[in-house]
Amino acid sequence: MSDSVFASVVQAPEDPILGVTVAYNKDQSPVKLNLGVGAYRTEEGKPLVLNVVRKAEQMLVNDHPAIQENRVTTVQCLSGTGSLRVGAEFLARHYHEKSIYIPQPTWGNHPKVFTLAGLALGRSWERTIRAIVLLHACAHNPTGVDPTSDQWEQIRQLMRSKGLLPFFDSAYQGFASGNLDADAGSIRLFVADGGECLAAQSYAKNMGLYGERVGALSIVCKTADTATRVESQLKLVIRPMYSNPPIHGASIVATILKDGDMYTEWSVELKAMADRIISMRQQLYDALCARGTPGDWSHIIKQIGMFTFTGLNTNQVAFMTKEYHIYMTSDGRISMAGLSSRTVPHLADAIHAAVTVLHRSAISGSYRAILNRSSHDLTSE
Amino acid sequence: MGEEVAALNGYCRQTFESLKMASAILSLPFPTAAFTSRPFLDNLKANMKLGNPNQSTLSGKDYIRAKSFTRKSVTSAVEVSRFGDMTMAPPDPILGVSEAFRADTHEMKLNLGVGAYRTEDLQPYVLNVVKKAENLMLERGENKEYLPIEGLAAFNKVTAELLLGVQNDVIQQQRVATVQGLSGTGSLRLAAALIERYFPGSKVLISSPTWGNHKNIFNDARVPWSEYRYYDPRTVGLDFHGMISDIKAAPEGSFVLLHGCAHNPTGIDPTPEQWESIADVIQEKNHIPFFDVAYQGFASGSLDTDASSVRLFAARGMELLVAQSYSKNLGLYAERIGAINVVCSSSDIAQRGARGRRVFYGDDARIVEMKVGKSQLKRLARPMYSNPPIHGARIVANVVGNPELFNEWKEEMELMAGRIKSVRKKLYDSLSAKDNSGKDWSFVLKQIGMFSFTGLNDAQSENMTNKWHVT
Repeated sequence: MSDSVFASVVQAPEDPILGVTVAYNKDQSPVKLNLGVGAYRTEEGKPLVLNVVRKAEQMLVNDHPAIQENRVTTVQCLSGTGSLRVGAEFLARHYHEKSIYIPQPTWGNHPKVFTLAGLALGRSWERTIRAIVLLHACAHNPTGVDPTSDQWEQIRQLMRSKGLLPFFDSAYQGFASGNLDADAGSIRLFVADGGECLAAQSYAKNMGLYGERVGALSIVCKTADTATRVESQLKLVIRPMYSNPPIHGASIVATILKDGDMYTEWSVELKAMADRIISMRQQLYDALCARGTPGDWSHIIKQIGMFTFTGLNTNQVAFMTKEYHIYMTSDGRISMAGLSSRTVPHLADAIHAAVTVLHRSAISGSYRAILNRSSHDLTSE
Repeated sequence: MGEEVAALNGYCRQTFESLKMASAILSLPFPTAAFTSRPFLDNLKANMKLGNPNQSTLSGKDYIRAKSFTRKSVTSAVEVSRFGDMTMAPPDPILGVSEAFRADTHEMKLNLGVGAYRTEDLQPYVLNVVKKAENLMLERGENKEYLPIEGLAAFNKVTAELLLGVQNDVIQQQRVATVQGLSGTGSLRLAAALIERYFPGSKVLISSPTWGNHKNIFNDARVPWSEYRYYDPRTVGLDFHGMISDIKAAPEGSFVLLHGCAHNPTGIDPTPEQWESIADVIQEKNHIPFFDVAYQGFASGSLDTDASSVRLFAARGMELLVAQSYSKNLGLYAERIGAINVVCSSSDIAQRGARGRRVFYGDDARIVEMKVGKSQLKRLARPMYSNPPIHGARIVANVVGNPELFNEWKEEMELMAGRIKSVRKKLYDSLSAKDNSGKDWSFVLKQIGMFSFTGLNDAQSENMTNKWHVT
């Protein structure tokens, strides 16, 4: 081995300022004091990280890796429906498996959105290799029954093992539990494993922007390059459909999300809405218990989100409409948002009567017309 | 495989860039990615070395067929992108011009691409009546509930009246079904979906040339189309005889897409006499006129004059489809507000979408059952976006439905149309003064609306962009 070319290089002295700290650290005395480096210290002699810095860090950390890596493409669409439709059209063109599996039951408009886009509704589970699977991110519509966290994890593992492509419908983020992060838990679980998925978002309920038609379709891809190409193809779906999306609702959302104070105000207002719904659930449950209405009504308080799947049948629903002027879909779904403390007793009376008075056997002619109305026909969620 | 795809994509992009520039300047229609990407995928298949016996081909794409679906394939499912084969789509030929303009740093650059009104200072323009309407709306503090699928009733009413005239028979007899749509594009798309579902196999005839997005709309809606001659480059005017011939030659019962006024991109409109002849041949062939009205009021400055072609056809008792847009005339581009109108022979069909009858003109009267009207358009809108956006609809309802604001609007519109006309005059004067070639520039004055078909060729257009920074 020859001598190093750096053999003649000598050790440099310690930095005069930072060297003070080095020396201080070596000192064992209990009364030592470091008045060297110009860094702020608290009364207790400790370094201080400002609160606002911690907040900023939180925000950066919360910027999901998938977003930081530019693997997510997001396009503004016409609320939830528009996002689902654009996503479905995209998949029908570019995804090799043209079938989508939807939950039974699901929102009445889902089937047509997908079939008109060119996807087929999947029928049997044996053939589900790499198919698309529609998942309600939270507050399942119409049942209000969501998987638990453990169940979501099992679903995730099963889907990834079969190469199934998740397509989330997120229409109630923040509206279900009152917490925006909790309600996004299912989606984040899937994104965290590095795999791909689609998500349709709506601001109709959580920001009350129903008529403005604001929402977005996000596609989480494996790489940034893929995301860029995917986005360019999404534009080709959108351009011949409506050219570009409406600005007003989007401006409102952007303004709120970008401003810290407004964002906070929003989450408070959102929680208030979610809490009122939860309170209606409790009140209805209590009212039915108080009347001794036959049956177990605990599903009313166990279910989550805007809707309760009551379990009432079409005869009972028709009866409630005719006798009590209660309007609801024939599948027994009720929107808790339509209830108030003042009107809960009336609904409880109606349910009680329907369950105790009406017999299952006969369907009278006058109810026939009412029976035909289902959640498919209403324009609202 | 990745490298070859990337190289092909690069080649794609270069070719697309230059094609895009040239075609955008000439406002020529541009082939979609679906049309152009296939040859490259085929090339890819041919050139690829297929070393892996597990590769299979399914509808032109190559996949690795996994041997089993055990835990081993969990990794492969998560690691391989499902969208890996996807090519980069070309930028939109029209909207891409603005992108190119933005990229140009020259101080004298000029954007003559997208059809959005600009003031004398080349700034976007929000109409005063729109600001007034929005303030009124804010003061009233109306809610943001869902509109019905067919849109805001007040909007639909004033929109049909604006198009046809409130005294028109069609309005008085309630023979028009109006459904709020997402501006012109969205309204055209709803109509296309209606054609696809209820007139399967029927063709749409579109002008050559026409707005670039028309073909995309019909392609995506799976409606077959063909072109009728329109622009005559020799006269820089209308090829009237070609147009009539081609409409006559088309299969009976075709839809004929007509620009209500201010033809895009040529700026060449038929004269009233020519419109009569066009209506004659359409009636003769039992075709259905399908109007695209994107510039009512903006072309001549007069709302009624600009609607005269549509009203001419309606006056003959013909059934029509009419797509309207408020993007230009009310400057509501981004609000996406327009409508699709179905003018029917009877109120039943219009209102209830019940089974109706379409009477064929001419000696052989045939009765054909068809389902049209509001309810069927709703069935198409619901799975597309459920219901339309409220904001733009309210602005229109407030402006058009309020006599004071309506008059103010008419004035502002005359100003906008007036500015366009005066720019035409100045351009004409300037060209005539500077050009010694003897070329007749009068078409600049004869053409109408926002666009002017210059008759410049590719080389000339490129020179304008590259040397003079005019995109």
